[in-house]
Amino acid sequence: MEIDLSQFHAVFFEESFEGLDVMEQELLNLEEDTDLENVNTIFRAAHSIKGGSATFSFGQVAEFTHVMETLLDEMRDGKRAISREIIDLLLKSVDCLRGMLNKLQDGDEVSNDYVELVNYFNQLLNNNSVSTEQVDSSDARGGNSGSSFQGESLNRFSILFAPENYILQTGNEPIRMFKELSSLGSLQVETDLSKVPSFADLDPELCFISWQLKLDTGMDQLAVKEVFEWVEDDCKLEITSFGEENIEPDDTVDQGVEQGVEKIENPQVENTAAESFSTGDNTLVEPQKKLVPIKKEPAKVAAAKKSTTTASIRVGIDKVDTLIDLVGELVITQSMLGELGDNFEMSKVEQLINGLRELEANTRELQESVMRIRMLPIGFVFNRLPRMVRDLSAQLGKKIDLNIIGEDTELDKTVMEQIGDPLTHLVRNALDHGVESIEKRLAAGKSETGNVTLTAFHQGGNIIIEIKDDGAGIDPQIIYNKAVEKGMIEDGIDIPSEQIISMIMEPGFSTAEVVSDVSGRGVGMDVVKRNINNLGGSVDISSVLGEGTTFTIRLPLTLAILDGQLVRSANEIYVIPLASIVESIPLTSIQVTRIAGDMPVYKNDNEYIPIVDLCDEFEIMHDRQTSNEGLVAIVEGENRKIAIKIDELLGQQQVVIKSLESHYKSLQGVSGATILGDGRVSLILDIVGLSKRSVERVSQKKNKVA
Amino acid sequence: MTKILAVDDSASMRQMVTFTLKSAGFDVTDASDGDMALKIAKGQAFDVVITDVNMPNMDGISLCKELRKLATFKFTPILMLTTESSADKKQAGRSAGATGWIVKPFNPDQLLATVNKVIG
Repeated sequence: MEIDLSQFHAVFFEESFEGLDVMEQELLNLEEDTDLENVNTIFRAAHSIKGGSATFSFGQVAEFTHVMETLLDEMRDGKRAISREIIDLLLKSVDCLRGMLNKLQDGDEVSNDYVELVNYFNQLLNNNSVSTEQVDSSDARGGNSGSSFQGESLNRFSILFAPENYILQTGNEPIRMFKELSSLGSLQVETDLSKVPSFADLDPELCFISWQLKLDTGMDQLAVKEVFEWVEDDCKLEITSFGEENIEPDDTVDQGVEQGVEKIENPQVENTAAESFSTGDNTLVEPQKKLVPIKKEPAKVAAAKKSTTTASIRVGIDKVDTLIDLVGELVITQSMLGELGDNFEMSKVEQLINGLRELEANTRELQESVMRIRMLPIGFVFNRLPRMVRDLSAQLGKKIDLNIIGEDTELDKTVMEQIGDPLTHLVRNALDHGVESIEKRLAAGKSETGNVTLTAFHQGGNIIIEIKDDGAGIDPQIIYNKAVEKGMIEDGIDIPSEQIISMIMEPGFSTAEVVSDVSGRGVGMDVVKRNINNLGGSVDISSVLGEGTTFTIRLPLTLAILDGQLVRSANEIYVIPLASIVESIPLTSIQVTRIAGDMPVYKNDNEYIPIVDLCDEFEIMHDRQTSNEGLVAIVEGENRKIAIKIDELLGQQQVVIKSLESHYKSLQGVSGATILGDGRVSLILDIVGLSKRSVERVSQKKNKVA
Repeated sequence: MTKILAVDDSASMRQMVTFTLKSAGFDVTDASDGDMALKIAKGQAFDVVITDVNMPNMDGISLCKELRKLATFKFTPILMLTTESSADKKQAGRSAGATGWIVKPFNPDQLLATVNKVIG
């Protein structure tokens, strides 16, 4: 049968990566607790990867996982102590395998780096047999190669088969075995009923019959023996070979040609690959084990590459069941409304309203459930961090405990995929520059073990991730001085310390020079911030000198839906993310002043908030006469506030975000678009982008004037 | 139609086995571990059971023992998917009541050949 195995490659890679994650995690657990169940779990993961890679012809992976599995098996059986050295080796192997699988997934050749590790394993196992198992064997299992030259001549076998009476309860049925034998040649069966008890004593579930069989076949003895492979321990079996056809059974002993009487007791017979008949009556052949043939099939791998491009998601059955329930309800509501519409009268208007209300509820629930399908626990991202903390703290010579809270908190798969790198970066920073060295900690009267705590929880439509360390904290004065030196701020300006600290995430601040001065914070921080902003999220820093630093990441749960405030400016309707709105104030009740470059600002207590008029910003035609009609919506993004001048606040609603980039092009100040109930397209404002854009526009204007 | 219960915790292997058997015209039900397989087996009879050995929750050996306790599975062929390195596992499978085994790695043809050995 032609079955293209490459169709299973995507699943294989996916589950193998999952398996490696599990292995890594359990290996880290193993350091603290040498629980046998942990070893079992690791073993199973390695075993599955081995089985799969062998089946799907990824020979190198199979070879590697085979030695790993052998070592794990010894650990599982208690034959090998679990040491730091072994855990290190296994962790390294996990990394190596991940690299190999990544390459295979991309359809690339695997480099031979892994061989070094395999050799190391072999040394450790002190077992040369492994290398002999890697012998490339082009011979398919089944052991028929030895019989090929025999194919012409017929062999006659006499077989005594006396099964134990419980044979049927192993699922082995003698009739099926005889059928198989008769497929090898011509078979004569003689039945011995002598042991069958009287009918009254007969247990119908037991087998009391034995058989004497005569088989003429072109196959060799091994092929015959294979038929009985599964029952050799559950029967008395004697296979006598008489070689050539013309030899009579009675003559065998005298002639002594290629004769073998054998009682099969060796349970490893199934491993024999081939048996040479010409050497006479040999019966015990060294079990020749083999791994998979190591061969590469570029064409197949290329096909795999294509098939792996579609990402898949694993969804709990309960989530799917909820969906099915909801769809069921939706159908009921729909048919109810349909019936209502068939002969509608005004008296039924109440019913109609109820029906529509139900429809709305159904739709909303359905939407939420569909969204939930994309939600995965953040543990998927958190789980890769303990390993990093382990390795990095050893490298830095620090003692650091990583605490994880709220790993079950769910968020959208897409958001999660993109938060991994920024999160890793922040944790790395906390280890490297946040937590002090042991000496410094002791000198400061702290315990020598530092703590880094990762917390995730939901808040409104957002997920909050906190990365907290109990290190030295960030000194705002140093940052301030640096910022002055860099010309980012003017000396003497009074800025709240939170704002000063958040300057380390500004692009201009990220230089190595600053880094070494300011306890290292700053490398790539602007990139972290940009990545998070791109996801529609924000990051805040709070730090207490001597006590530690906390980074708080706020992310939308999903990138597909947004809680929006609809606003009108002239005849256009825009959506402002509800989470960013601080307050709305009528224009008549605020004081508008103008500062440099003719930029209107609104003075609120001690801060000046630039006013952005959407009509100017997006060059909308309008017939407004005076400038103090309408109101301003004060919005905040990344600690920066702007006041958006609008004509009217409309309703609040959840909007489905459509990408503007894929349908039109990317615009600064606009994060996407949505379709309103009346079919109009409305732009969704990106607050951070908008404030940048307006500042740039004003400064351009200023330049022109000058 | 011959009904087969295929049990493996590895999704790729399970899919490969299921797909191969279905392509050959068998009626296949799959389960991701022994626990789940046993629950399914208690509800309906199968003509053949194919199970992996190493699985979470309930492994193939225990599944085999449990199945043999059920009246409907007393004589049912139970095939174990096993690797060559585990000769003792094979022994354990045999004493648990397994009918035979298929050695990993195997290709679809080998799988079908082995299944055909125990049906009909």
